[in-house]
Amino acid sequence: MSGQHVLSSHHDTTIGILGAGRVGTALARQAVKAGYRVLIATAKPAAENALLVDIVTPGAVAVESSQAAASDLVVLAIPLHKFRTLHPSELAGRIVIDAMNYWAPVDGVFDDFESDPRTSSEVVEEFLRHARVVKSLNHIGYHELEEDDEAAGVPTRRALALAGDDADAKAFVSSFIDRLGYDAVDAGPLSAGRAFQPATEIFTGSHTANQLRALIQKNRPLADAA
Amino acid sequence: MQIGAYSFGDTQLNPDGTTRATAEAIKNLFDAIVHADRVGLDYFGVGEHHTVSMPASSPGTLIAAAAAATSQIILGSAASIISTDDPVRVFQQFATADAISGGGRIEITAGRGSSVETFPLFGHDLNDYDELYAQKLDLLLTLNNSTTENVTWSGRTRPAIGDLAVVPRPVTGSLPIWIATGGSAPSSARAGRLGLPLSYGIIGGQPHRFAPLANLYRQSAAQAGHTGDNIKVSVATLGLVAPTKQEAIDRMYPGWVRLNVEMGRLRGWPAPQRRDFLAQVDAPSAYFVGAPDEIAQRIVDLHGHLGHMRHFLQGDFGGLPQEHLLESLTLLATAVKPRVARLLAAK
Repeated sequence: MSGQHVLSSHHDTTIGILGAGRVGTALARQAVKAGYRVLIATAKPAAENALLVDIVTPGAVAVESSQAAASDLVVLAIPLHKFRTLHPSELAGRIVIDAMNYWAPVDGVFDDFESDPRTSSEVVEEFLRHARVVKSLNHIGYHELEEDDEAAGVPTRRALALAGDDADAKAFVSSFIDRLGYDAVDAGPLSAGRAFQPATEIFTGSHTANQLRALIQKNRPLADAA
Repeated sequence: MQIGAYSFGDTQLNPDGTTRATAEAIKNLFDAIVHADRVGLDYFGVGEHHTVSMPASSPGTLIAAAAAATSQIILGSAASIISTDDPVRVFQQFATADAISGGGRIEITAGRGSSVETFPLFGHDLNDYDELYAQKLDLLLTLNNSTTENVTWSGRTRPAIGDLAVVPRPVTGSLPIWIATGGSAPSSARAGRLGLPLSYGIIGGQPHRFAPLANLYRQSAAQAGHTGDNIKVSVATLGLVAPTKQEAIDRMYPGWVRLNVEMGRLRGWPAPQRRDFLAQVDAPSAYFVGAPDEIAQRIVDLHGHLGHMRHFLQGDFGGLPQEHLLESLTLLATAVKPRVARLLAAK
């Protein structure tokens, strides 16, 4: 579906990934495989990550976090409870995928999210103020991301949902998801990301685009009310 | 190649599905370790886990008891959640077990834990997750590396220690201290920089995909100037050995379902299907479930990717009957281990 949003030359498109854990490195490899220029940064200086990036995500480049933040598309792949270590000024105006989750049974209870009725991505967006946040890539396992990809048009192709308030940002992210090997399904505004937060049917399963659309539709009243 | 097992304890079930005593699970685990020693298994790792279904919360205590009742097996934690414990106490408990064992076969594996139960249990703040781990690991290593009884250390997560005795000292001077990780790249790099042996817990996905991580670990160690025997990798996977593959699958599956239903209830997963289990029981998937020859071949194949020197399995969860655990331990020691040795020698 999102194949129409092809960028003129995605090899010139830079993906900046913040975080070099299991999610960040899996995403980096998949983005390199898709032909993107990929930058990785953590809270540590770039030199400290050089060996890691060379060996674990060959083809990507270790950079400072400010450089990664200046990419065409930035992916947040750090533990969610560290979101306040991000630099809002560096991410202002950037298209940012929030791939993080608030999953208390696994990662523990954090007041920032427990006491806030909004989705975790809305809390993150408020903190980042001027970033164009799109919630996505949060409901696929990090090893599935590298195993479940299929060419566009394959009927069984797995789909990934996205939610955000900026239409251009969402179009960009849809194209990225398509190139990673997945159909992209727009769930609506950022608040609609509630439909694919942890413990939802979308989060715990694997779905095609049609199945995903149906599940999002089913959840829509809930998302609107929230 | 060392062959072993690990367990978090496995609370048994009554015929009506209700849970039996957690104390019985601890006694079963003790009996299993003694059995593993008698049949010739190389290694047994214990806990730390803090749930009713997996109650091995105090590895040091269990290992001290097992140290007295065994003669050759290497005993270690798998892993000690040092972030929420006092490294002084962890070190003292394992040094005590080391003294009881006669020395040289007690190890500590330091980890963060794959779940976070210990944070509310011991009153720690999850926002300190990284700092607690780093600081407590530093203290544990300081204690272990000390050449004298008296130790001096200061940090932010615990009162300073000013030239105080921390006893007993291990029989051979220090204990092997491993780092446990589920496979995040920065953890592998860190273990290499510290020059510590590294233990991978691989409970899903495809284990051979850890090859770049093991490479990163070894290159990080080399870059930091660490060489020699301490730079080594062990691998923990889920699995069970039985006389035939079908028996191994049929024995492990019910407990796997119960464990996943229990975790799913907490985490919001749907009930797992048998096909989800079966999708993971063949190479190159994660579960080492089968007859001895297949498991030996899979360990050797994985060795080609990771170069690990120890492989150990956990098959007792969700109420695995004790007899099935004991038979798996016997087969690991008497059939898998010699076959792995032969296959590696023939390479």
